[in-house]
Amino acid sequence: MSVNNYIRERFFPHLWCPGCGHGTILNALLRTVESLGIDKSNMCMVSGIGCSARISGYVDFHSMHSMHGRALACATGIKMIKPELNVVVPMGDGDAMAIGGNHFIHACRRNIDMVAIIMNNRIYGMTGGQYSPLSGSGILATTAPYRSIDREFDATQLAMGAGATFVARTTAFHVKEIGSLLKKAFEHKGFSVVEVLTQCPTYFGRKNKFGGPVQMLEWYRDNTAPLGSKKLEENSDLIPRGVFRQVDAPEYCAEYAKIVEKAHKE
Amino acid sequence: MSHKTTPDICFVQGNEACVRGALYAGLRFFAGYPITPSTEIAEHLAEQLPRAGGRFIQMEDEIASMCAVCGASLAGAKAMTATSGPGFSLKQEAIGYAVMTEIPCVVVNVQRAGPSTGLATKVAQGDVNQARWGTHGDHSIVVLTASSVQDVFNVTIEAFNIAETYRTPVILLFDEVVGHMREKLVIPPEGEIPVVQRLRTEVKPGVNYHPYLPREDGRLPMSDFGGAHRYNVTGLYHDIWGFPTENPEQVDKLIHHLVDKLENRAEKLALWKEYYVEDAEHLLISYGSSARSARHLVETRRAKGDRIGLLELQTLWPFPAQLVREKTAKAKNIFMVEMNMGQVLAQVKQVVQRPDRVFLVNSMDGQMVTPADIGKIMRVVEGRGF
Repeated sequence: MSVNNYIRERFFPHLWCPGCGHGTILNALLRTVESLGIDKSNMCMVSGIGCSARISGYVDFHSMHSMHGRALACATGIKMIKPELNVVVPMGDGDAMAIGGNHFIHACRRNIDMVAIIMNNRIYGMTGGQYSPLSGSGILATTAPYRSIDREFDATQLAMGAGATFVARTTAFHVKEIGSLLKKAFEHKGFSVVEVLTQCPTYFGRKNKFGGPVQMLEWYRDNTAPLGSKKLEENSDLIPRGVFRQVDAPEYCAEYAKIVEKAHKE
Repeated sequence: MSHKTTPDICFVQGNEACVRGALYAGLRFFAGYPITPSTEIAEHLAEQLPRAGGRFIQMEDEIASMCAVCGASLAGAKAMTATSGPGFSLKQEAIGYAVMTEIPCVVVNVQRAGPSTGLATKVAQGDVNQARWGTHGDHSIVVLTASSVQDVFNVTIEAFNIAETYRTPVILLFDEVVGHMREKLVIPPEGEIPVVQRLRTEVKPGVNYHPYLPREDGRLPMSDFGGAHRYNVTGLYHDIWGFPTENPEQVDKLIHHLVDKLENRAEKLALWKEYYVEDAEHLLISYGSSARSARHLVETRRAKGDRIGLLELQTLWPFPAQLVREKTAKAKNIFMVEMNMGQVLAQVKQVVQRPDRVFLVNSMDGQMVTPADIGKIMRVVEGRGF
């Protein structure tokens, strides 16, 4: 694999901190695109704002670094006009689940064919470590100096409730699993959600005494388990990984093509 | 659209005239959200866009609609959204994005009375300054308006032409009365009104394309997402590649480019109509539906021999300062007729020779400003009482 074929080398080095998990996700994504043999000119990446969102500058795709939380809405416009494009939308946890929560719900509901990646590090990194809706209670953050009282929610459960037709989760520790899940997501016709639990050693890790990036990755190794595994069965406190849902349902752009046909007949 | 050689003549609302104008100009994407009094635009386009080979989508909110318009335009489609009052507030974020990234698009705001939910079904013209300054940061923008159903059709086409020529969002600032009133509309055969097509790059595939490197004439040829050239678009200050930069020199260059490309062309972008301006002692200035009341009064008084005229503005921003200065030069009294607390009045006062001779005639109660309202203020100014 030559990663260099898929990146804009002139814009490196990237701005992510040492030990950040976002680069791992970028790596897995590029390998997936290569393994699927997708032409770069058929790839479109739309991102929002935040650490995660900077990923769109580094890939040699059609790339739109849009607004905070608005990536899916922007991507919907692109996909409606160019349904043949492979659209991938990486988002941070605050980006996708707080300010972009409404867009996320409705993209799931429409079942528009794109791959949404939630790069969930449970913190707002770009602004310096404030708690996000996925931080969970008891977490220390710059805006939660007495520990967060906000309850978190499960992004994959929300995705399923809202009607996403492919929903999966893995972590930055499970590098090959990111690739295999993304591959399935790209192959799926409909709205795919892949949540990747990733580490922010700079803010989340340091503030909450999680240790460095290695310790944070080990935490993901030790506190997650594959769906259907004995390990998960024996310990319900573990976070499940794998494909939660994969179902066929009418895809939005395909359905709109039928509207166009109908409108021409009437 | 059919290839007719005779005009289509119909009797429609302003909102439908906007739809017909947009389709005439080649609209291919509309994203919207229901809101009074602009909803008819979405309703007509839901029906007509797929027939024209375009795409219509009702998004989850006003913000998303404006974002989808940005995406669709980058993918190569002429794109538009429509809204009113509260929805226009919500769209400001993505309007700013379109300004910064130079995405051609058209945003219709059929004004109703504000602030907040205000009077959802009543007329007002209170969004003039919001249209100019609603999004954060220094920038320039084009805002057009119209006072008749026919003019709505014509300025809508012009809005698309300006958006494509200068790669900018253009705001169509109509009002409830213009949006809902029905009048005769003549739609000329295709080709009779010039339509500006998107300027696309001639750079060959495989050769470096710089999306933000202006040509000698200042224009930026585009490349559709999904086309031969892969490039980055960002709302951050960016270089000629579209990649983020904080380099002071590049930042300075970009903000001046964004402002100058419109402000330096203020006179070229100025659209207006005038009635008996040449020898007018009393000059009325108005726009949108209030210009209809102003015109009625002018015609009535002219018939009686009064030297009264009307300057009807169709371009509100960039403010046509030179035009207003010239047209008001001979007037003794200037009456600014608008349905707000004097948003265009403030601009007029800045450019005329005698700001103390500029008087505001307005209505702020959700009702049209009437010819009688204008007449009353004129009597007071002339020292004749009510």
